[in-house]
Formats: sequence, C-alpha cells, structure tokens
Amino acid sequence: MTTTPGAAAPQSALMGFVHRRRRGAELFLLVIALAVGVGGYAAVGLGVEGQVPADIVGYGGWLAALMAGAHVVVRFVAPYADPVLLPVVVALNGLGLAVIHRLDLTDDTTFARQQLTWMTLGVVLFAVVLVVLRDHRTLSRFTYTSGLGAIVLLLLPLVPGLGTTINGARIWIRLGPFSFQPGEVAKVMLVVAFAGYLVQHRDALALAGRRLLLVDLPRGRDLGPIMAMWLISLGILVFQRDLGSSLLFFGLFLVMLYVATERPGWLVVGGLLFAGGAALAYRMFGHVRTRVDTWLHPFDYYDGPPGQNSYQLVEGMFGMGWGGLIGRGFGEGDPTRIPYAESDFIMAAIGEELGLTGVLAVLLMYGVVVERALRTAVISRDNFGKLMAVGLASVFALQLFVVIGGVTRLIPLTGLTTSFLSYGGSSLVASWVVVALLLRISDQARRPAPVLVKVDEEQEAEESTQVIKL
Amino acid sequence: MNKPIRSVAIFCLFLFLALMLNATYLQFWSAQSLDDRPENRRVSEAAYSSARGPILVGRTPIAESEPVDDEYQYLRTYERPLLYAPVTGYFSFGSSSGIERSQNEVLSGEDPRLFIGSLVDLLSNKAPRGGSVQLTLDPDAQQAAYDGLTGLTDGVEGAVVALEPGTGKILAMVSAPTYDPNKLSTHDFAARDETFQRLEDDERQPLVNRAIQTRLFPGSTFKLVTAAAALESGQYQGADAQVPGGNTYQLPQTSGDSGEIDNEGRYCPDPLTLRLAMEQSCNTTFAKLAVNVGAEAMLRQAEKFGFNSDYLDDLPNQARSVFPTEMNPPQTGQSGIGQYDVQATPLQMAMVAAGIANDGVVMRPYLVNEVQSADFDAQQTDPEELSQAVSQSTADAITEAMVSTVDEGTAEPAQIQDVRVAGKTGTAQRGVPGEPPYGWFVSFAPADDPQVAVAVMIQEAPGREIAGGALGGPIAKAVMEAVLQ
Repeated sequence: MTTTPGAAAPQSALMGFVHRRRRGAELFLLVIALAVGVGGYAAVGLGVEGQVPADIVGYGGWLAALMAGAHVVVRFVAPYADPVLLPVVVALNGLGLAVIHRLDLTDDTTFARQQLTWMTLGVVLFAVVLVVLRDHRTLSRFTYTSGLGAIVLLLLPLVPGLGTTINGARIWIRLGPFSFQPGEVAKVMLVVAFAGYLVQHRDALALAGRRLLLVDLPRGRDLGPIMAMWLISLGILVFQRDLGSSLLFFGLFLVMLYVATERPGWLVVGGLLFAGGAALAYRMFGHVRTRVDTWLHPFDYYDGPPGQNSYQLVEGMFGMGWGGLIGRGFGEGDPTRIPYAESDFIMAAIGEELGLTGVLAVLLMYGVVVERALRTAVISRDNFGKLMAVGLASVFALQLFVVIGGVTRLIPLTGLTTSFLSYGGSSLVASWVVVALLLRISDQARRPAPVLVKVDEEQEAEESTQVIKL
Repeated sequence: MNKPIRSVAIFCLFLFLALMLNATYLQFWSAQSLDDRPENRRVSEAAYSSARGPILVGRTPIAESEPVDDEYQYLRTYERPLLYAPVTGYFSFGSSSGIERSQNEVLSGEDPRLFIGSLVDLLSNKAPRGGSVQLTLDPDAQQAAYDGLTGLTDGVEGAVVALEPGTGKILAMVSAPTYDPNKLSTHDFAARDETFQRLEDDERQPLVNRAIQTRLFPGSTFKLVTAAAALESGQYQGADAQVPGGNTYQLPQTSGDSGEIDNEGRYCPDPLTLRLAMEQSCNTTFAKLAVNVGAEAMLRQAEKFGFNSDYLDDLPNQARSVFPTEMNPPQTGQSGIGQYDVQATPLQMAMVAAGIANDGVVMRPYLVNEVQSADFDAQQTDPEELSQAVSQSTADAITEAMVSTVDEGTAEPAQIQDVRVAGKTGTAQRGVPGEPPYGWFVSFAPADDPQVAVAVMIQEAPGREIAGGALGGPIAKAVMEAVLQ
C-alpha cells in the first residue's frame, strides 16, 4: 500500500482492520506515568533537601486526580483514541514539574506551583476540547477564521501598551497580572487554517507545473500562499525578533504543503526560500548574526556583553558534559548556573542531573508522541484530519528539534519552549489542546467502520452528557 | 497522502536521531574536553569542594584537606608550607601548581587507576574520594637543604636538588625565596588575590621553582660534561690522562683579550693530568678539550645527560636546559667551560652528577614515589633509565677526578669525615660587567657506592661573595650527610 499513490487505496486496505479501544492499557500506562511524576518529585526532595517532600501526598493526589479526570473524559467521549499519547505527555509534564521544582528549591522561586496551576488549566481545556469537539472536521469550517485569528494573535504583541519585550523578543502580551504568549495559540490555529486551506486547494497546487531536473516545480501563479507564509515568517523574525517561531511556522507550512500535494517540488521551493531568507536575515540583522557567531564559536563569546554572549549556551553544555552518562542526580548538579534553565534550557538541566540516560529517555518519549501523531495521520479517513495530525506532529517535532538542537549546539540557538517540560503557561496549555485534538482525530480514525460511526457517536454523546450531569 | 506522511515520518526519525547522536557526542565524547575548559566553574567548584587526598613525605602529610564549615566544605592546608612549597605548589580556586596540579587526577580521585573504587562510589551516589600521593623526598635532606640555603644570608636566591643516583628519586628540592601556599588556598578570595598580586609583583619571583624553572650558565660544573665528552672520544684514558693546559688559551679564530681564556690565577701547567685540571678547575684545559672533540660531540654528550629535552613528568612547567646546536670553534671552546649559550637548571646539573655516580646511567628523575587510592590500593613508581650517558670507565675516571677535587682542590668545603665525596664547583659569569657571578656546586657521595647526588645553585646572595664552593659546598655537604646518616 505504500507504492500506490492517492488516498483511497490505503484507506480501503485498513477497512478490514478493527482497532480495539485499549482504554485499560491507557490506564495502566497512566499509572506508570504517575509514578514518573510523583517519583521525580520525591527524588528531588530526597536529593536536594534529604527528605521526601512533606506535601508529596497532596501533590501526588492532585496529579492522580488530573489524570483520572483526563482518563475518564477520554474513556467516555473518545473511546477509540490512541492509548499511548496521553500517558506519555503526562509523564513528560510530571518530569518537567519535578525538574522545575528542583530549580525552585535552589533559586527560591515558585515556578513549579504556577506550572501545576497551568497544567490544571491545560487538562481542563483538554477535557473541554474533547467534550465540545465531537468531530474534528467541524474545525474545517473555521479555516479562514482561524487563519485570521492566528495573524491577529501574532500581531497583538506589536500593539503598543499591550505587548512587552522580554529578552529582546516581542512575543508577549500583558493583561493586568497575566502575561501570555499568543504565538503558542496561533500555532494551533495555523495548523487548522493550513489544513483547511490545503484540503480545498491541493489539486491546483498538486497538478499544475513543469518538470525540471527530475523535480516537478510548481507554476509561478501558485507560489502565492508559500510566498505569503514566507513573508509572514520573515515579519515575525524582523518585528518580533523571534527566530524560533519564524522557523517553526515556515517549516510547518512547508511540511503540510508537501503532504497535501505529494510534490517534493514544494520542498525544493521552500528550501530555497528558507535559504534565501536565512542568508538575508544573517546579512541584515545583528541579532541573527550574533546567534550564528555564538553558535560557531561559543567559547569566544562566553564573556560577551548582555545579549551578545554565549554564556547560557556554554553553561548548558558544561552542565550536560558534567552530567555525563548517568547524570549527577537531583540536587548534585549546578543547573541554576544556566539562565532560564526552567524554560528554554530545561533539557540542559535534565542532562546535568539525569545524564545522557535521562536526555535520551525524554527524546524517546517525544519520539513516541510524534510517531503516534503521524500514525494517526496515516490511518485517518479524511484528508483534513490527516493534514491536521501531520501538522500537529510536525509542530512537536520541529519545535523540539529547534530548541533541543539549539541547546545542545546542533543548530544555532533560537528561543522556543520544550513542550510539556518547560515552564510556561501559554505553551503548556496550548500543548494540552494539541493533544486533545490529536486524540480526537485518532478516535475518529480508529473507530471500527464509517457506517457505525454515527450510531456510536450518538450513543456516546448521550453517555457523556449523563456523566457530566453526574 | 500517506506516502508523503511516511516521508515526513522518516524525516522526523532523522531529526530525532540527530538530536540523540548530538546529545551523546556532547555528554559522552566531548564531556572531558568540556570539563577541562578553564571557564567551567562547575568542575573547579566541585574540585575545590571535594575531599582531596593528602600529599605525603614518608608517612607525614605535608598537604591535607581539612573539613571546614563553609560552602566549599574542605580547606587545603600545608604543614611546613615554606619548606615544601616549591614541590607541593598551591591549590587555589581555579588555579594550582606543582604536585597539586600534576597529580590532580589522583588527589581528586578522578584518576583511572583509582577507577574501581570510584565506580562503586558513583553507583552508591558518593562523591569520589581523593587518593594520596607519596613523594620521594627525604625529610632530613629537604630540611638540611632549606636550612643551608636560607641560612646563607637574608634575600638569598637559589635552589638545591638532591637525587638518588641509582633510581632518579628526588630526595630534596628547595627553592628560595619561597612562599606560603596556605595563603593561596584560603577561601577568603579577596585576601588570596592580594597575596597573588604581591607574589607576582615581587621582583625576586617567589612563585618560581628555581630548581626546575630557572636555567643559568652552569659555569665550571659543566666541565664534568666536557670531561665526559673528551674521555668518550677515546683520545684520553683515565683520570691521569695527559690533557692540554696552560695559563692562557687564545680561542681559535679570535685575537685580543676578549678571545683569551685564563685560569684566574690557578695553577695549570701544560700538559697536566685530567685529575689536576679538575682539582684546579682549569678553564684552558676544558676549553681546549671542547674544541678538540668538536661542537657535535659536545652536543651529543650534553644531550645524553638530558640537555635540550624534557624529562621531569611530575611537575609542570619544567624549563628545558639548553646546549647550542650550532657553534663555531670559539663558541665551542666557551661552551666547554659552561659559558656562551649553555644554560642548565639545578635539576639538570644534579642529573649530570647522578649519571656519573651511577656508572654513567642517567635515571629519569621523579618525585612521586607512590599513589594510593582512598581504599589503599597502592601503585609504586618504577625507576626508569633515561640514557647511558657515558661508559662505566669514563664515569669512574671522572669520579676519581671529582674525589681529588674535594680532597685536594677547589671543592674542599664538601669534605665529610670518613666518606669519599666527589664534587665540582662552579662560578659562572653573568656576562654583565660588575655583576656578581652565579655560584654552583655539584657533588655525590660516597664515591664508591653513591647514595646521593646534589646540585646547589646560588643566584643571589646579597652581602656574601659568591665564588667557588665557599657557599654551595657546605650546603651540599649538609644534604649528603642528612641522606647518609
């Protein structure tokens, strides 16, 4: 089925296979994920203060309640949803909380407490999305609305008096006591907008064009959307100085365009545009040049002036080297030397105290998330669902590659959060919504047969309505 | 759409593989080089806060880490700081010297030789404990050398090195002026920086270990090397061989006073025996011998004794003793009496004496006798032969001449009752008119079964006249006596 082009053949091949619900497996994995979260919290207490934290029962109870709630919601409103995704992200979130708590203990901050609040909000939104959104295809009605919404959200930080500049990047808005990164929400809305747009226009983008050097290149008049996205990405880079998001949005669009059209030619066009944009940005903007220079020669810039030094990067590398294969253990390392260890550089903190073992384990967990999301895309029966699942998987993969590649000096450092691990409310809440959307799509995809779907849906709708009443 | 989705999946697989490989590279392959970077405060702080092993002389610790109640947990303290500072060095936050630096891996417990213990420690989540380093120093010889050197006069600058000829063990290593490493290892960093600044600004350079880091004209002590080259050439046989002499010697290709070598009034007929030439330290004889054997043979002989090479592994920043590789005949003549561009450290001259004492075999000098892990697994250093500098007969002939030099000649201050001592003085001109010369003295004893070889170098001795063996001789004698008793 891999050799046959087109969408119809693989779907029909899958028709005969009936997925099981596997909710029991999910519950079992959730218990293990809970052990990771609560065990990590206890290990932090033991390592840093020499005793199990006094509030371990309350903390563990709260995590368990959140998980149970999420599980029950999934069981009733998305019974066929992928059973692995939720436990893996719960484990990542729990581990992140433990690491943030460990940094809190040294720095005397309360990030972990705030992160737990954000997680609670995230899980609530997760449930709301699953309950309200019974069919992800409903979202395709909001293609242009969400596209417009995303652009408005991205522009918000530039509004004087509303947006604030933190660490050189103008990506925050401040409303009273709350600060918020609208880009995190825009990310999800962009996936919806891209998916809707591409489903409608894929034929034109896929078929017209001419062949050059074994590659089908698109027609000039079809270049409109990709040029627009390229300009938006450049705009984010120029006006918001947010290298990471710029890269992420463009990469996301490119992947979805490629998947929708099945034309590698788009990748060539996109790759050239990216290279051009990167070269342009390097020549024109000092902050881009600084990033590249500190990436190439980190030790030469260790002591540089604020905003132009590689102190954070080098301290992160020192920490990861210091952690070695098995890490120093919680409380034994010195991760608070790294600025923003609780957010962008949380992988460096994990590398220092949990070692290469911990880093690889976390990477594997993210790998599982991406793999499950792509699998959902493959088995999804509708093109909109496929594109959304691919888009959400790409957001995860690209964001992770950009931030961890930056922290470990594989690529130049750009500021992005590590989904679920990093401290940051907007990112965490948005990530939970993303998981809810993925579960919704996979629930649709894994249901036994299209004919039965309607019946099932109605039944479940009633059941879940009753549950909520209870 | 499934085909491109599969391509995306493969692309993501590569992204993750790249991240994993890069993390492995960072945390495994390059971890050591990251740890070694000078900016890395994690490593220096951890090293500074660990229970570092002691440095021992015999069974007595001369440097120890004592538990203290501050953030660094342990304070490095030195018993007898002034006496041992040139050897131990200091252990300060972010910098160290001497044995503290060269044996850092053992002392900190990171040495692979101690690995079994520390792997167990690692898995049981304990910090690695440092191993101990036992030095070859003989406390009595060290004390005698220190007392002798610092007792000369206030403001003395110089060094004493004593070796065990048969093994290369360094029995004493003293440098003056010295400093107090306790003041550099203090946790009061402001006071430490002030001390550092003061020591570095001091014109007398107390932080320099003159025994291995200062090289000067060896003067007449270098005549031992010239004698060795002459005897090895086969033109002369034994201590009583007839060698050229004379009251003055006009170097080849020169004319006038500047090219003329004399004996500063000592009695040197022409010809005379090698023994007499050594007793009287005849400049004319050794300049002529150097010209006779030629620049190349002189270079070969000097290099066999260790010139132009590094041989001391146990201390950092050793200065390399120099013998010129290109010389014309008049320069060769001057090199024969340890002038021109010949420069030697006190350790190098001690090795020349020890090589002659040890039947011509030069042993690699070493300071670390034994390293021991915190669990008492010991590793002894094995003596190592550096080179066969001269044949046994040559060594015997030079020994004879040196014994006569102590018995009858210029090296009389080193005489010890009932012990045959072999010795040679040196007074090297600085090449600056009006400045006092450097004083040298090398010796070993007993001549028949040498247990100790000593080199004394006196760079400055304000108020004392530096000439021949008058200042260096008694110090060498005291050190030899301390070893022999």
